[in-house]
Amino acid sequence: MAEEKKLKLSNTVLPSESMKVVAESMGISQIQEETCQLLTDEVSYRIKEIAQDALKFMHMGKRQKLTTSDIDYALKLKNVEPLYGFHAQEFIPFRFASGGGRELYFYEEKEVDLSDIINTPLPRVPLDVCLKAHWLSIEGCQPAIPENPPPAPKEQQKAEATEPLKSAKPGQEEDGPLKGKGQGAAAADGKGKEKKAPPLLEGAPFRLKPRSIHELSVEQQLYYKEITEACVGSCEAKRAEALQSIATDPGLYQMLPRFSTFISEGVRVNVVQNNLALLIYLMRMVKALMDNPTLYLEKYVHELIPAVMTCIVSRQLCLRPDVDNHWALRDFAARLVAQICKHFSTTTNNIQSRITKTFTKSWVDEKTPWTTRYGSIAGLAELGHDVIKTLILPRLQQEGERIRSVLDGPVLSNIDRIGADHVQSLLLKHCAPVLAKLRPPPDNQDAYRVEFGSLGPLLCSHVVKARAQAALQAQQVNRTTLTITQPRPTLTLSQAPQPGPRTPGLLKVPGSIALPVQTLVSARAAAPPQPSPPPTKFIVMSSSSSASSTQQVLSLSTSAPGSGSTTTSPVTTTVPSVQPIVKLVSTATTAPPSTAPAGPGSVQKYIVVSLPPTGEGKGGPPSHPSPVPPPSSSPSPLGGSALCGGKQEAGDSPPPAPGTPKANGSQPAGPGSPQPAL
Amino acid sequence: MAALAEEQTEVAVKLEPEGPPTLLPPQAGDGAGEGSGGTPNNGPNGGGGAVAAAAAAGGDGGTPKPVVAASAAAPAGAAPVPAAATEAGAPHDRQTLLAVLQFLRQSNLREAEEALRREARLLEEAVAGSGAPGELDGAGAEAASALLSRVTASVPGSAAADPPGSGASAATVFSGSASGPAAPGKVGSVAVEDQPDVSAVLSAYNQQGDPTMYEEYYSGLKHFIECSLDCHRAELSQLFYPLFVHMYLELVYNQHENEAKSFFEKFHGDQECYYQDDLRVLSSLTKKEHMKGNETMLDFRTSKFVLRISRDSYQLLKRHLQEKQNNQIWNIVQEHLYIDIFDGMPRSKQQIDAMVGSLAGEAKREANKSKVFFGLLKEPEIEVPLDDEDEEGENEEGKPKKKKPKKDSIGSKSKKQDPNAPPQNRIPLPELKDSDKLDKIMNMKETTKRVRLGPDCLPSICFYTFLNAYQGLTAVDVTDDSSLIAGGFADSTVRVWSVTPKKLRSVKQASDLSLIDKESDDVLERIMDEKTASELKILYGHSGPVYGASFSPDRNYLLSSSEDGTVRLWSLQTFTCLVGYKGHNYPVWDTQFSPYGYYFVSGGHDRVARLWATDHYQPLRIFAGHLADVNCTRFHPNSNYVATGSADRTVRLWDVLNGNCVRIFTGHKGPIHSLTFSPNGRFLATGATDGRVLLWDIGHGLMVGELKGHTDTVCSLRFSRDGEILASGSMDNTVRLWDAIKAFEDLETDDFTTATGHINLPDNSQELLLGTYMTKSTPVVHLHFTRRNLVLAAGAYSPQ
Repeated sequence: MAEEKKLKLSNTVLPSESMKVVAESMGISQIQEETCQLLTDEVSYRIKEIAQDALKFMHMGKRQKLTTSDIDYALKLKNVEPLYGFHAQEFIPFRFASGGGRELYFYEEKEVDLSDIINTPLPRVPLDVCLKAHWLSIEGCQPAIPENPPPAPKEQQKAEATEPLKSAKPGQEEDGPLKGKGQGAAAADGKGKEKKAPPLLEGAPFRLKPRSIHELSVEQQLYYKEITEACVGSCEAKRAEALQSIATDPGLYQMLPRFSTFISEGVRVNVVQNNLALLIYLMRMVKALMDNPTLYLEKYVHELIPAVMTCIVSRQLCLRPDVDNHWALRDFAARLVAQICKHFSTTTNNIQSRITKTFTKSWVDEKTPWTTRYGSIAGLAELGHDVIKTLILPRLQQEGERIRSVLDGPVLSNIDRIGADHVQSLLLKHCAPVLAKLRPPPDNQDAYRVEFGSLGPLLCSHVVKARAQAALQAQQVNRTTLTITQPRPTLTLSQAPQPGPRTPGLLKVPGSIALPVQTLVSARAAAPPQPSPPPTKFIVMSSSSSASSTQQVLSLSTSAPGSGSTTTSPVTTTVPSVQPIVKLVSTATTAPPSTAPAGPGSVQKYIVVSLPPTGEGKGGPPSHPSPVPPPSSSPSPLGGSALCGGKQEAGDSPPPAPGTPKANGSQPAGPGSPQPAL
Repeated sequence: MAALAEEQTEVAVKLEPEGPPTLLPPQAGDGAGEGSGGTPNNGPNGGGGAVAAAAAAGGDGGTPKPVVAASAAAPAGAAPVPAAATEAGAPHDRQTLLAVLQFLRQSNLREAEEALRREARLLEEAVAGSGAPGELDGAGAEAASALLSRVTASVPGSAAADPPGSGASAATVFSGSASGPAAPGKVGSVAVEDQPDVSAVLSAYNQQGDPTMYEEYYSGLKHFIECSLDCHRAELSQLFYPLFVHMYLELVYNQHENEAKSFFEKFHGDQECYYQDDLRVLSSLTKKEHMKGNETMLDFRTSKFVLRISRDSYQLLKRHLQEKQNNQIWNIVQEHLYIDIFDGMPRSKQQIDAMVGSLAGEAKREANKSKVFFGLLKEPEIEVPLDDEDEEGENEEGKPKKKKPKKDSIGSKSKKQDPNAPPQNRIPLPELKDSDKLDKIMNMKETTKRVRLGPDCLPSICFYTFLNAYQGLTAVDVTDDSSLIAGGFADSTVRVWSVTPKKLRSVKQASDLSLIDKESDDVLERIMDEKTASELKILYGHSGPVYGASFSPDRNYLLSSSEDGTVRLWSLQTFTCLVGYKGHNYPVWDTQFSPYGYYFVSGGHDRVARLWATDHYQPLRIFAGHLADVNCTRFHPNSNYVATGSADRTVRLWDVLNGNCVRIFTGHKGPIHSLTFSPNGRFLATGATDGRVLLWDIGHGLMVGELKGHTDTVCSLRFSRDGEILASGSMDNTVRLWDAIKAFEDLETDDFTTATGHINLPDNSQELLLGTYMTKSTPVVHLHFTRRNLVLAAGAYSPQ
């Protein structure tokens, strides 16, 4: 108590000028300096006295804020007439004025026209006081209902993430850290284990973090199942509802590891499947998780970033790259990554610089296909004007040449052409506003051509347009709306009516582990594996596995060995410091016994969900603190169910692109598409 | 007045038609309660009450009424002093009277003076003897002013005590500066003569030392204390704050403004942080003129700061001061400090820190020595009609096992007389009515279904949120049977909700009542108006925020106290106001009904708590002694004592029978905002703005626990029905549950601790904390345990 804080007592007094001003306002023009000084001392003292009394009323009124009425009552205590007319609810709008060498703060009293008051309609009657009862606690446990604060506030989640030894059991028990100490004996064995954690610390320095046990209640399991199915299902209304729930509901904290795994797994599988629709749904889930104010996502960023990055830079995201609008997904994911950077990038984890490096590297590479190129540029562009200025603008000329060679040159492939076209419009879209700000107004076609090469003239006209738009915006309202008016790509996929067989059987039995794995395999079989197949992608989560020539590990760390050997498109990213949950194991080592149809000679890989302690092969050290190793049975079936859905989409209804790519690359904004707030 | 009288007669009819025994003081009027307001060893204080009463009368000017009041007060002043303070002796008494007479003469109140003299039957010689200084007083003679200063110095609490005269008596002390708390109109008579009084109050500061030397004195002492042995350092460090304050005030009084400022700047950082609020007041006080109306300053001036120091440390200090010839500091120690010396080991820093923090230092050890009957009264024998249906119903609920032993315990409790209980008729209590008996039977039945709480069986908490209250909820109360909730609001209304399906019905209008067949069996049902039944009734009548609300135990009445200075009694049959009790002229912060009904207590900004009976429009007792606002008031479960928590950071326990202060608890570091007694009457829990809850053993007068955890004002405290759990609600939007059994388990109540009052508090708050429940954004204003041990909490949602 005693060492709380050193008090700061200031002997502030009113300036004696204010006395003069007040005197003048009352018609006393000549007032002596000495008198002023005496007056200020006295007035300051009285004001302080009144303020101290007013505080008393605030305390007794059980409020945290001092109101004008408190001051009125304090004045009343001193038998002083209260000040009338100061009943502003929030703050008193003092205004500042200067002139004649003096500065003044005054309270503006407008002349009120009575007829105005009489003629204005009555304001809405404020709601009357009412009583509402809810359970704050039921036999010591706080129920997770909207009336109560979220079970684990963000600060606590953060404390658990950063200071794991301090915390006890995460989740619903509000008083976890406090309670764990007091009644460890009476606690359940889950708690008992934690109590043993500190002694272990001395013996084994590896075990820094006590393993936390996540047990989902039956309700939570049901909820998780419903939500994930709705998110990747076919009913758009249900999906909107589910996403809304993810974005707003408090208390999802416990399910966060599952959601995170679900998303990363889903992306992994569906990228291979080229299932655009599913990828979009998963990205929307990421967005919803990001939007939830009660979740502390830092612990799962390492899983989410690779998934999102994959959706940006993957070489192929859909079955028909010439028709499907995978560009929208790239744009959306790029915005997500930018949002992640904004939220989670710190000087220690360097997320932003690592991501920037990743993008730049794949863009600079000559052999990068247009799709990846587009993704890299979009990702960079979304990171902000500074990034555009320093990284994109200098390369405009070079990129322009490349685009020109594709567009003007002999028609090699339609896909390349479309890609180049999209890259061009993307560059124009993002660079024009930046250039409009950077360059002085006279926009000269020739100057632009000199500076930016073949893109110059187009850029020039876009800059002119951007200037005009900015001017228009400035006239209309404030400038912040400027970005909104730009056409944003949509992410809604209008689903074709599902023809009959939706194979609900797979969805209904997610409990068995064999089934989803089998689905995976059969799905893989459907996409015929080739020795070096351009459409097949592998996702590798472990940093040390970059041996296969059919894949390239694009690491966020600069020291990753695989990034040098550029054979095919960089499709996967990995955060090296984290322990993989999902590993790629070759058929030779651990092929699930039920899945045999591996083609001979093909580099068939299986995705297996495994816990770190059981991880064999090229896994990291098993004692490494694993962020969230959930019991293996739960996420994988659900991941599998997502996969089933994915297969379904892929097989039955090839996702019809909502807006077929237009020449200028601007997509119409679909209804109900989330506009990412960047 | 006329209206009040009418109301009063109405009350007399409505309340207690049997004419219950009323608690009336043995001596005339409330003067007795007031006169003996101090503890016996506090002799001058007893006289002080009389002075205030007389002064109050004087302040009212020439109207005949106050004179009568004064004459009534005079014997009161004369009588209790020999009775209460025999050791103080006659000279003291006479001085007191002389001082009063002197004051009356000064104020040109001949009539009052005559009356007082007549009543006091003072001998002529005595008057003549006092005449000389009286004559000289106008010129500011030293003798008289010294005498007066002694008298007025002992008036701390009673200064503002008496209802009609609080303004005037305040004026006496506060010198009636226009901005002081003196009532207008009364200032005139006093203001003319105020100058000598001020100097009397402040005379002790008149001693002139070299102002530039003060800093040297202080830092010299600081150096000495910091270099002393560890065991003495902590004890002697207590001196810093009072010395700092008095030296600063002396500088200000002697108009050394710049020296005072630099002194303050230099040393205020050394003071303990819990004195921050007072230091803030002091820092604004830079001129002699400011001292006139400043209450904090007066508190310092008029009450001696109490320090508890071991004999060794005291000798050390004395020797040092004598060696250094440091008269300035020695004078302050002599004049303004009361050093309570004890033999034995000096206390540790922790021990000291636990007890200090109040406005006027610690309580003197003697203050907590008197016996307190903290036991419960014997419950009247009521045959519980055991109807079999109910029994069966209970068995269905599946708790037949628990029921049996409990019933026995209840039975035995009521049969055996608690050795610590007061005599059954120590305070006259109202007789039980049939309806009360029915309610008691209901209570017992509920008791059998009560959940036995403990660390492994925490209660459920039902939170009643007041929505759309716009930050205006200031008080909440719940009836004992948890059927009604009352809320007091800043917009002056009191709202009563029914939280059961039973709607609130009022009695029909008189014209409709006349149509009812009065012979019919269900006449009590028929008089109720079904048409206007509603879940919410609003009571209009106050003209300021309602800071306190309390239901009567029989649920027929509701009390509310407000900023407008009144306490109102409302009928819950007609939902109208029955009486407005006027007495506190300033905001009334809290009020509460006695657990047996009929009596109630109120406390307010005027620094006194008052005991009332519903059928008397004047208070029966005035509990004066607090040095700042009385923030909260609670009755002891046996109705014989009242506890008050104050902004002077002390808790006092008052005896209802004689109005004495029997316990002073210091240790809180901020104004106290909540109080509660344990159900067995042995313990008291208090919560303050410092966020701590302190536990006190009433019998031994000791602090027995400290519960740390809240981060803001503790607004509400309540023990579970069997006392196993203490629930605390706070402005930090949490409800916390504490293990009360464990907290009281191994008390240090050996003789040594009891004798010396040195306590060693275990720092086990975290072990005692059983649960923390956060609301979204709702400060917890009220807590209540239902008869079955379900927690009801209430507060107003305040959007950030």
